[in-house]
Amino acid sequence: MLRFILRRMLQMIPTLLAVVLIIFVIFSVVPGSFITSLMSEGRNVMNADVLAHLNEQFGLDKPLPVRLWDYLWGLAHFDLGISYRTRSPVWDVIEPRLWPSVKLALAAMGFAAVVGIPLGFLAALKPGSVFDTGTMMMAVSGLSLPEFWFGLLLMYVFALHLGLLPSFGYQAGSIKYIILPAVALGVSPMALLARTTRAGVLDVMNADFVRTARAKGLSEPRLVRTHVTRNVLVLVLTTLGLQVGSLMGQAIVIEKLFSWPGIGSLLVDSVSTRDIPVVQGTVIVIVLWFLVINMLVDVAYAAIDPRIKVT
Amino acid sequence: MLTRLGLIAALALGTATAALAQDATPKDGGKLIFTAPYGNSITSLDITATPHTQDEIVAKAINRSLYKWNPISGKPELDLAESVEKSADGKTYTYKLREATFHNGDKLDADDVIWSYNRLADPKKALPGAEQMLQIAGVAEFQAGKADHISGLKKIDDRTVQITFINLAEPGWNLMSNYAPIYSKDYPEDQLASKPNGLGPFKLANYVPGSKVELVKFDDFYEKGKPHLDKLDIMLMGEASARDVAFRNGEIDASVLGPEQYEAYIQDPALKDHILEVAEVYTRNIGFNPKIKAFQDKRVRQAINYAIDKDLIIKKLAKNKAYPAVSWLPISSPAFDKDAKPYAYDPEKAKELLKEAGFETGLKFSVTATPNESWGVPIVEAIIPMLAKVGVEVTTDPVDGSVLSDKILSDNFDAYIWSNSSGPDPLKYLTCFYSKTPQNACNYVKFSNADFDNLIDEAGNATDPAKQNEFLRQANDLLQEEAPVWFFNYNKAVMAYQPWVHGLKPNGAEMAIQDYEDIWIDDSAPASRK
Repeated sequence: MLRFILRRMLQMIPTLLAVVLIIFVIFSVVPGSFITSLMSEGRNVMNADVLAHLNEQFGLDKPLPVRLWDYLWGLAHFDLGISYRTRSPVWDVIEPRLWPSVKLALAAMGFAAVVGIPLGFLAALKPGSVFDTGTMMMAVSGLSLPEFWFGLLLMYVFALHLGLLPSFGYQAGSIKYIILPAVALGVSPMALLARTTRAGVLDVMNADFVRTARAKGLSEPRLVRTHVTRNVLVLVLTTLGLQVGSLMGQAIVIEKLFSWPGIGSLLVDSVSTRDIPVVQGTVIVIVLWFLVINMLVDVAYAAIDPRIKVT
Repeated sequence: MLTRLGLIAALALGTATAALAQDATPKDGGKLIFTAPYGNSITSLDITATPHTQDEIVAKAINRSLYKWNPISGKPELDLAESVEKSADGKTYTYKLREATFHNGDKLDADDVIWSYNRLADPKKALPGAEQMLQIAGVAEFQAGKADHISGLKKIDDRTVQITFINLAEPGWNLMSNYAPIYSKDYPEDQLASKPNGLGPFKLANYVPGSKVELVKFDDFYEKGKPHLDKLDIMLMGEASARDVAFRNGEIDASVLGPEQYEAYIQDPALKDHILEVAEVYTRNIGFNPKIKAFQDKRVRQAINYAIDKDLIIKKLAKNKAYPAVSWLPISSPAFDKDAKPYAYDPEKAKELLKEAGFETGLKFSVTATPNESWGVPIVEAIIPMLAKVGVEVTTDPVDGSVLSDKILSDNFDAYIWSNSSGPDPLKYLTCFYSKTPQNACNYVKFSNADFDNLIDEAGNATDPAKQNEFLRQANDLLQEEAPVWFFNYNKAVMAYQPWVHGLKPNGAEMAIQDYEDIWIDDSAPASRK
């Protein structure tokens, strides 16, 4: 197991390097720079000498290969560089945004799992029923709902009309602030989980070993509990892992809408101001999160299904 | 038109008066939840390190400068100085500083002023606020490395500082800037971005990057009896629809409105009585690049001004949240010519001018534009058919904000649409069209006109404010005649506020920047504000 984890961690290095290179290349070819972004408001006139000094200070006057080498050298020493915008270490910019992002991703996934898996399960147990049809219609709607629109709808209903929850904001340690953004972010994975679970359960229910167990006189609840659930879990876990992994990156719109201080909104701000070190640092964190979650899912497979061995 | 402009001015002033009239007896205590609407984050709590308005909204609560902007009189006035004496030649000012205390307990003295200005101007620090220091004598030598300090700054005694300037322009315009605050010389510089230490009415209590800044009353603020509020929360809310819900739900106390919201709020009986409006000092325009041959001809530039029905665009797209632009200087500017009329919508005249200039047909150009709803792609799309009617073919070159400035500064455009500062200092912002002002400073259209330069020179050398104003008025009129840009509109800034909030001011320099020390809330405020 330890060897497996170590191997997977080593495999992350080329992935991260590729990501860093891609971002470097993209931002070196797209027009606009941090320096010009300082004047993007069209309001404050900036002194040309100040702009030149800033260019020099951040090494933006150096050739691209030199900048890339400097960055990779720093990265090898766990140094993500200095933010152009805040002039502080990149990690200091990212770190306060990390926990709110993780919290939001986990809360959204918690909502998706708690609602989506049982719904998919129950729908599959009564295929073709009104409940099944209703659930699947809901799932399709959930997958196609624009997050921004759904988030606004939640705000209008639960904050403005019912007055049950705050419409925006963040308070460490307070649950009420996370409910609406988590539901808005979790509705799409919830729908996906419901559909995946339903498909998985239907598949297992028609398998030979289930028919055999049923013929042997196993009660339906026991059949579902011992044979169906366990076999569906691998599929559900795979979906869950992929969704949790990608939620942090997907949260950009929701974070903006609810003024949630996560790294998604940090990424957007950094892209628009061409704060490349922060863009790179943020993307590295998002990619790492995705890779680690999926590694943990692989480890969990072994615990769920004894036929799967991680080596 | 004169009547209409009069009405506009009266409207701006009227709403201001209405908002202030209710503020008779301020009450102390409570909390205000304010919003910073230009994004979901701020760059730094050290305002000297950033050029962004979003940061300024927070900085105004924490810091103080030598001068401050008075949004009611429309002029800079002394803030950290209690008096000033001007030398006979009009270039040296001697300031007597107030007794004021920094948040960490340090007392303000002349060395703090000198240290702060030296720091701002220091080229190695590359601070955006350096722009505000250029008028001080000796800054050029200091920045060129020929001096180790600014010679124009002199300490007379602990509470008296003398500043010599290179010209006769009123120094308050630059030194009132929120980007040029006075810091304590004894406070560690590396802590300014995380634990700011200012002279302002509020001090930092908690900062959640990407969400909010929580501030508490500074008991030793130099103005006795102020601030009135105990707490001030500034929410970083870039999303207009989220602000709308939060405002209607009573979660925030003030919100800057966009065109769509403005239209809805003024029709809503529950909201329409608590709206503050002012003509801001931003001029929306389409700048013409003279490297396009046709734009070198004044008649072509004028023709475009005649060919576009800006009143219609303001009505339909800006939802009347703008005032038609006459020339560059905004309505609130002291040098604004109240007798001047905007270019009328006259397609026939436009056709005539284009014919005279030899561009009856065949003129094509692209307008570089951001997605901004008030001065971006939607506006360009509205003018395309209007210009097509006079034989001009326009296309859109859509970009994001950073690329727009990049393209303009690198002279890589035919025309652009932008919203630019045009005040409050008329001399400073007309100087943007001075021939020697480089394109990458603010002469984006590389305007060059000897008569205009002379007027700016005369204004810069005038000791009598009335005479200076007259030169600037003439320069502004000349600019209108030369039409280096399509004069679109001046922004009408609109802020909605809750009925329990008092003391907000119609700040034409930027509505979202308020004198927080004057704001108070009354007994009708909900329990969460008490």
